[in-house]
Amino acid sequence: MKNTIAERVADFLKRYPPFQFLAADSLLQIAAQVQVLYFEKDKAIFKEKDTNHSMFYVVKDGAVRVFRTVDNQPKIADICDEGDIFGLRPLITKEDYELSASANEESIIYGIPIDLFLPIALAHKEVSNFLIASFASNVSDPYSLEESGKLFTEYSVERNSEIFDLQKARYSKNILTCSPDTTIKVAAKKMSHRDVGSIVVTHEEKPVGIITNRDLRDRIATGDFDISDSVDKIMSKPVKCFQKDPTVAQAQLIMLKNEVNHLCITEDGTPDTKLLGLITEHDIVVSFANNPVVLLKEVKLAKRTKRLRDVRLKVSRLLKKYLDQNLPVSQILNILNEINYAIAVRALELSLLKMETPPPCKFAWLALGSQGRKEQLLFTDQDNAIVFDNVPEEEYEATQAYFIKLARITTRAMHKVGYAYCPADMMASNHRWCQSLSEWKKQYHIWITDPSPETQLLSAIFFDYSYVFGDTQLVTKLSDSILDTLDANPMFYRVMAKDAIRSPSPLGFFRQFLVEEGGDHKDFFDIKARALMPLIDAARVLSLNHKLRNINNTAGRFERLAELEQNNKEIYENCSYAFKALLKFRTKQGILHDDSGRFIELATLSKAEKLKLKRCFKSIHDIQELLTLRYNLK
Amino acid sequence: MHIPFFSKTPEPPEFYKQYAAQFASKSLPELEEARFVVFDTETTGTNAREDRMLSIGALELKGNKISLSSSFELYVKQEVFNEEAVAIHGILRENRKYKKVSEEEAVKAFLEFIGDAILVGHHVGFDIGIINYALKRLGAPKLKNKFTDTGVLYKRTVHLVNITDPNKVYTLDDLCEELNIAKTDRHKAMGDAYITALAFLKVMSKLKTNKKLKLKQILLN
Repeated sequence: MKNTIAERVADFLKRYPPFQFLAADSLLQIAAQVQVLYFEKDKAIFKEKDTNHSMFYVVKDGAVRVFRTVDNQPKIADICDEGDIFGLRPLITKEDYELSASANEESIIYGIPIDLFLPIALAHKEVSNFLIASFASNVSDPYSLEESGKLFTEYSVERNSEIFDLQKARYSKNILTCSPDTTIKVAAKKMSHRDVGSIVVTHEEKPVGIITNRDLRDRIATGDFDISDSVDKIMSKPVKCFQKDPTVAQAQLIMLKNEVNHLCITEDGTPDTKLLGLITEHDIVVSFANNPVVLLKEVKLAKRTKRLRDVRLKVSRLLKKYLDQNLPVSQILNILNEINYAIAVRALELSLLKMETPPPCKFAWLALGSQGRKEQLLFTDQDNAIVFDNVPEEEYEATQAYFIKLARITTRAMHKVGYAYCPADMMASNHRWCQSLSEWKKQYHIWITDPSPETQLLSAIFFDYSYVFGDTQLVTKLSDSILDTLDANPMFYRVMAKDAIRSPSPLGFFRQFLVEEGGDHKDFFDIKARALMPLIDAARVLSLNHKLRNINNTAGRFERLAELEQNNKEIYENCSYAFKALLKFRTKQGILHDDSGRFIELATLSKAEKLKLKRCFKSIHDIQELLTLRYNLK
Repeated sequence: MHIPFFSKTPEPPEFYKQYAAQFASKSLPELEEARFVVFDTETTGTNAREDRMLSIGALELKGNKISLSSSFELYVKQEVFNEEAVAIHGILRENRKYKKVSEEEAVKAFLEFIGDAILVGHHVGFDIGIINYALKRLGAPKLKNKFTDTGVLYKRTVHLVNITDPNKVYTLDDLCEELNIAKTDRHKAMGDAYITALAFLKVMSKLKTNKKLKLKQILLN
């Protein structure tokens, strides 16, 4: 019987090793027996010590993380992408699974029965060679490659620092070069075009010198040489060379000893053989990972979404480290938001490159909700919107279509990086949230002048926006218009204030915690709805009333309010403190349980933690009183 | 009691009796255990009464698993022919690329394949209608299977805020777009069945996150 889907599966598999070595008919035979499996994010595919499934897996869409549990902590061995194989080794050794595998994002996976695959694989020499090579290859984490069946891996997330120094340094093999008779002007143009800080001068593929930004500063900008001179007049020579595959420690030592920032890799490690690569000081620093400056740099240089995801994983660990060290929350927030912000900007820049044409008009990308307030510690959903310049009516549709497409590419990239799609579809890819300046103004006008239940739902998100990328003027104009409309409709403050006091105090009459009464989270305490949201909502309405601009985060808003209203200074300062404490609490809970940290199981809290929470609730009570009085809500 | 005088329907053919016998048990299985058959038909047109099936594609789905080893794909010989529909499905009257069977053979094989599984389709009412009229031509009663529809299920997952038109009908193309499914082999019965199966899995995962979902809640009959 004809089987269209099996043909498609075969078409997919034949693009990847080891299937590419198989003949079309054997491949089709395998494909017809494939099981197509669907996994939601974080669903387990197999766990350590499970008996093997007698089939191995190929990632069709999405990504799968393979990990070991060490001291109850997952230690990621590898992340498998489209076309990668995993879970094969236990089938060949006939053992139980040594590692666990879960969907890192929503994934479709092909399961291939081993009984069918093995005889075919063994009959093809290339296939068995590939399998042997994959199992035998030796890398920093021996588990990762054995398990995944890949020869090279881009991800080796967790590294042991002792063996790390002995690791091979990563270097660029695609080096910018020029000949010694090139003019300095041409060389500088090449550097600027590629956006790099150095160019290697080569003669017959051998490195003879190097020009870096520093040479341009010290020798050209000073007027000592002319830009029409040839590069050999100013280049640093001879260049320091090293043979293939230096370790990080070796490379660093040579750089320190010779006081250079660049190291050429040549065939035999002397300047007399062919140039193979270039290691910069930056490459070395990047290998030392987890510090925010390096991460930021890495984001800015990322050429693919994959690298952004890599950074994101590191950021999560950074957050955990900071919390363990008990750094102030405001400081953690600042650092993390800088990185989050940079990731968003980079994702947009990369998406713009994928568009066939440049944007038809000015636009700005806005972050909404918790991202807009810059209060995102754990990775949550993406909420975003696009505002673009006013265009003539006949061009509106095409312009909107362009930005929706851009948004689709960007949200998809962000999703790959690890920010889940917004379940309520509050993303710029939704045509309602991708509009021109005047349409947005109209939309806000409707929300403000005619508050409906929908407004209540949306205001929390849309009144906390912050500029991420594009034209700042558009955002300023939008804010101006909103503040003007609010001025003319003071009733709206009342609506918002009412919303802010809607969640009652989190404590019951007997000073016990109010817990959820039904649903999945019965008997859990909802820290977001009952403690954080009232503070966020209160800060929003009060700061809008005071026309505070460019302060979106709740703690910052309260601090500013404390300066403005001396008589309520104490309440506001307490609120600011309470908010930070609660946010930290939520984040720690989130890391502990690997979720959003929103629902807290009271039984797991210590007495001291409960007391601390209760102290924070006092401020919620005070601010709700203040709102009730000020806006006459009783 | 069997009163021959009132019994208007003649005795159903043997193949149908065998099929119907499988529906003896009344209890529904657990959602994870249930056997679903996702299917689609390509037809000569959009009128279930007049038009005929040209091909059927069906896949078996259990839990989160689609097994390609038990799939069903047939092309059907038909006298009724509609030139306009050829542009959509690309099935020619005379085509030597695939072997065609008679409608009778196709329907018998299909019934044997589905058994008492729960049928899933996109706008499945039409496809069930097509099969039912084919059964009628063979002197057999209608399908007895439980069924559900990805179009209807998808609509349940759309956030209230975003429903601008409550009467909107979601096409399979809409679903591909929204759920991020590649549209390969669109407008081939098997291709559409596969796309529908992926859509079904994705929609089910969205529905499951909200509450403890029971099989009964997703069935439409």
